[in-house]
Amino acid sequence: MPKGIIGKKIGMTRVFKDGKAVPVTVIQVEPNYVVTVRTEEKDGYSAVQLGTGARKEKRTPKPLLAIFNKAGVKPLKYLREFPLKEGENLEPGQEIKVEDVFEKGDLVDVTGKSKGKGFTSTMKRWDFSGFPKSHGSRYHRAVGSIGACSDPGRVFKGQRMAGHYGNVTTTVTGLEVVDIIPEKNVILVKGSVPGATNSVVTLKESVIVNRRKGKRKLEKSKAIYA
Amino acid sequence: MHALIREIEQAYMPDEKKIPEFKAGDTVKVHVKVKEGNKERVQIFEGLVIAIKGSGTGKTFTVRKVSYGVGMERTFPYACPSIEKVEVSKRGKVRRAKLYYIRERKGKAAKIKEIKEWELKKKEKEREAQKNS
Repeated sequence: MPKGIIGKKIGMTRVFKDGKAVPVTVIQVEPNYVVTVRTEEKDGYSAVQLGTGARKEKRTPKPLLAIFNKAGVKPLKYLREFPLKEGENLEPGQEIKVEDVFEKGDLVDVTGKSKGKGFTSTMKRWDFSGFPKSHGSRYHRAVGSIGACSDPGRVFKGQRMAGHYGNVTTTVTGLEVVDIIPEKNVILVKGSVPGATNSVVTLKESVIVNRRKGKRKLEKSKAIYA
Repeated sequence: MHALIREIEQAYMPDEKKIPEFKAGDTVKVHVKVKEGNKERVQIFEGLVIAIKGSGTGKTFTVRKVSYGVGMERTFPYACPSIEKVEVSKRGKVRRAKLYYIRERKGKAAKIKEIKEWELKKKEKEREAQKNS
């Protein structure tokens, strides 16, 4: 089985587990299909390319269509590549569902494209504290000093200033899988997830499970949700 | 809100038997499970329902009572597993959904007119008769 899967963010709600209210994000994972298999001999690494979401044949580029035809699947909208779990093999065209990939209590990393915030100043973009709102202050939310005087005589590279914020690929790590509902193709993940509702997100096995703190978190979440 | 979220919340909703139907203005007894060390016992919080807010698993109700001259309010989620059951002890006659004005009142002014069960039934019958005619 692959170490991840493609889903769609539906929205947030709260759920009661172990006597406590848990904030969860609802992610719909329609069946994913294996489109191509990358192998050690041919590509130098082993992984699978998964696809999901129906797309019109007319709207599919010819070269891509050939790939889908080879795998024996209908044209798909979203394609992502995931590493394989060790010692496992998959065939092109195979159907993959959430319950095959994750279990309750697992830790996952969720990647999505964050909401675009447009041209944003430093208070929102970099968490600057701003200036007094009152007491005769006439300088409120603007950028303050951006450097010293004639020494160094320039603004340092990487100085945090106003600019375009959001609309970039973001990952949140170590979210707990609260519940999986196979008949509705839904996975509930604790906490918030980047992106707007109905946007595509990818769920992956978390990188923090190899860390000391991550292991502890995994143990705890397994005890509560599994 | 997405219809799918509603469906999912359904699985986490409490049974209807546990929490009967009530409105703002009603007086309720909420049986709450309290953990003390590793013992569990049931505590009763009785008071006036002053607000019902939200929907789905986020739906809550606020109960106000006055004990020893001090007003006390607790907000309970409907789906909260630590609520054992809710009993309605009185039905009140009120003209609004949120009774926050009660907070500023004391004594007799804070009283809410009670409707007896038979009055409610009678009203329902009249309404049905009107519908049929």
